[in-house]
Amino acid sequence: MRIIAKRNGGELLILLEGELDHHSAKNAIKETGKLIDTELPMRLTLDFGALTFMDSSGIALIIGAYKRINALGGAFFVTNVSKQVYKVLSAAGITNLLSVSQKDEFLIKK
Amino acid sequence: MNIINEVALTFPSRSANEGYARAAVSAFAAQLDPTLEEINDIKTAVSEGVTNCIVHAYPDCVGKIYIRLRIFEDNTLEIVIRDRGRGISDIEQAKAPMFTTGGEERSGMGFTIMESFMDKLKIRSKSGHGTIVTMRKRISMRVGGMARDRHN
Repeated sequence: MRIIAKRNGGELLILLEGELDHHSAKNAIKETGKLIDTELPMRLTLDFGALTFMDSSGIALIIGAYKRINALGGAFFVTNVSKQVYKVLSAAGITNLLSVSQKDEFLIKK
Repeated sequence: MNIINEVALTFPSRSANEGYARAAVSAFAAQLDPTLEEINDIKTAVSEGVTNCIVHAYPDCVGKIYIRLRIFEDNTLEIVIRDRGRGISDIEQAKAPMFTTGGEERSGMGFTIMESFMDKLKIRSKSGHGTIVTMRKRISMRVGGMARDRHN
């Protein structure tokens, strides 16, 4: 799984690409943690647009980022999630905890 | 209930095999002509189950993971994931959302996800002897779908 980071003023954008499972999570958690601790952003966006699969291992990554951003007093967004990822986040209660937006094509009609 | 098809896989509890397990089960389930959502539900549940074996059943070693897949005549897919690892001493506690013995890297949501994404989940385990997780999902039959070819 690849991680691409983009800095824009006080905003840090982290893009994840590939599959986020237990195998790739350890490294991903370490890398995202290091990025946040180094950049100290006021606003963090995790863009999941290129993530093809995620299981509960991704929850640990998100919670880790959430705790760090909270400690910094910053804002946190998870964007461009696929239907599969949204379902996992929803089952874990993450969608009630923070801002999660879905990919346009997969918007669930209410 | 008649079994239409059955396969078995055995592989070592290396995390690199998590993707393999997801793909293998997806490939087998394809003969039921599932929707994309159904396949994703199955892949996710398998990923959680296999991860449990790697993280919890064999925490300090590499052991064998056994998966048996069955398709029944009513279009139900049954997935059995078995290990000979540590075992679970308190299954109800293990099933509780957010409970984990795996430290900060784990969220404790594995069984919760397996239970909500599949129709049925059964866990049998004995401390020191291993664990058997059985999951079932009934795949909806679709008009004009390919499922009628599965008997061949």
